[in-house]
Amino acid sequence: MKDAAAPLAAPHADAAGPLRRAAPALVLFAFLALIPALAEVWGGGYLTSLAMRAMILALAASALDLLIGRAGLVSFGHAAYVGLGAYVTGIFITEGMASVALILPAVIISCALFAFITGAISLRTSGVSFIMITLAFGQMLYFGASSLSAYGADDGLTLWERADVFGTGLLYDNLGLFYTLLLTLIAAHVAASALAASRFGRVLIGAKQNAERVAAMGFDVFRYRLAAYVIAGVVAGIAGFFLANQAEFVSPAYMSWQRSGDLIIIVVLGGMGTRSGALLGAIAFVALEEGLSSLTHDWRLIFGPLLILAALTAKRGIAGLVDAPEARR
Amino acid sequence: MTTLLMVEHLKKKFGALVATDDVSLSLNPGECHAVIGPNGAGKTTLIHQLSGKLTPDSGRIIFNGADVTSVPPHIRAHAGLMRSFQITSLIPGFTVLENAALAAQARAGSSFRFFRPAARDQAVNVAALEALDAVGLADRAAAMASELSHGEKRALELAVALAGRPKALLLDEPMAGMGREESRALTEVLVDLRHSLPILLVEHDMEAVFALADRISVLVYGRIVASGTPDQIRADPVVRDAYLGDEADAAVL
Ligand SMILES: Nc1ncnc2c1ncn2[C@@H]1O[C@H](COP(=O)(O)OP(=O)(O)OP(=O)(O)O)[C@@H](O)[C@H]1O
Ligand SMILES: [Mg+2]
Repeated sequence: MKDAAAPLAAPHADAAGPLRRAAPALVLFAFLALIPALAEVWGGGYLTSLAMRAMILALAASALDLLIGRAGLVSFGHAAYVGLGAYVTGIFITEGMASVALILPAVIISCALFAFITGAISLRTSGVSFIMITLAFGQMLYFGASSLSAYGADDGLTLWERADVFGTGLLYDNLGLFYTLLLTLIAAHVAASALAASRFGRVLIGAKQNAERVAAMGFDVFRYRLAAYVIAGVVAGIAGFFLANQAEFVSPAYMSWQRSGDLIIIVVLGGMGTRSGALLGAIAFVALEEGLSSLTHDWRLIFGPLLILAALTAKRGIAGLVDAPEARR
Repeated sequence: MTTLLMVEHLKKKFGALVATDDVSLSLNPGECHAVIGPNGAGKTTLIHQLSGKLTPDSGRIIFNGADVTSVPPHIRAHAGLMRSFQITSLIPGFTVLENAALAAQARAGSSFRFFRPAARDQAVNVAALEALDAVGLADRAAAMASELSHGEKRALELAVALAGRPKALLLDEPMAGMGREESRALTEVLVDLRHSLPILLVEHDMEAVFALADRISVLVYGRIVASGTPDQIRADPVVRDAYLGDEADAAVL
């Protein structure tokens, strides 16, 4: 037996220390934390709401990256969970049950259940079939929401108040909502990084690269993937909770396949299976959307080629440029 | 001693091709049972059925007293029936240690653990390093699996199977594509293992087969045409005709 301690310290072939690894995310979080103050100076709540939009997208995208980047499961229906979380929030508030003690459990349970059932079916397939079936389940929810005539149907549902946090009114003003969202995003980021290095993450990542071998080792790959699918659904649902509160409005459009496509774009642009990819991707996405749409109405015509260029030149997305080098996953 | 692995009247067809034709064989504790045969004889197909990748059309597979004929691969592996692959099957983006550690992790409690870093799991790391040490790869623990030489990959292929602490090993041509030296080194590794760990060995390298096997079965067109001790197989005229006829192998015999 060799000395067990030596190679165990750096089994990822990660030369970078913990500070260097955390640095890009720390900088981004610090930048985000300063935005309300910056908005104060430039006299616009607009910047704050843009940043909130980016953070909500980052939260949903970090969940999607658990599937795409870590597990290798390209879900094309992930916006459905954002929409489901938003609708549950909207409906509860409309029905006078505005307490987060009621809303959040309801969001979590409904998203977990929908993910569990549709995941158990979708995960029997792979590749393009998986993309198509997750798309189909997403559209199912989209049309379901569109037909909710009691809650605005196609037109969506306007909310007259935000969720109540144990009588504190924390989310009632944009500053409270902003920092609650930021803290949630930080927690999600820390959890996602831990998960990628955990036993569970190792099984998921291993199975992405070679599912047959991982099964031959004794792992029921399906169960691990289903668990990841449920986790990703729940986190996206929480993003939906914030979306409903921020926009004070919920709409079937949140669930459309275009929104699911946006989330995939964010994950790819930011860098699949990277530490800060979802964060970087979401900020870049919102910034590009903002910048380009002020130039031209057909901003997607510019955005599309730009994205293809990014995907071709930087395989690990924006994160590949700023993250500490990581083992190839 | 009771038979650890028992295969009864196994049959598998691919369309009109009978890849496994009424195969019965057994593996006893402390035994190395080699299955030899020409290319396309159905050796890998047999291993696939034993590991659960393929389901036989008929017949039974009994492992450790339980009928596992239609049990999925991960449950068989969990029960201690571990295989290696003829075509190297590793996790290329993992380090050598991580490849073995993942296999060890499968046998070290639940992997539904989401927060603690797996890399700091000492029990798992020690088991993985032991397996690497057994095949002579311990000093390559930190290398990426994708960066190994062919011979090293074959050694890791075996180490991954060992790290799962198997009760029995199914090895599909562990020496495939290896040079003579590497092949001899790996034979040494298996010599050390074979009495503590029952091995069903599929191999083309006759030097290795005759060095390792307690029993040899000869598979031709999906059928076992002869089975016996190495001496009996060496002397069998049918086997010489069907398989051991060519000069290279005759030289070994
Ligand atoms: N999935 C499959 N579908 C159809 N035919 C197959 C399949 N797998 C194997 N075969 C055929 O079954 C026969 C046995 O193949 P197998 O791979 O088991 O042979 P083998 O003894 O392992 O050969 P080798 O020594 O080359 O590894 C071959 O004729 C092969 O072409
Ligand atoms: Mg073969």
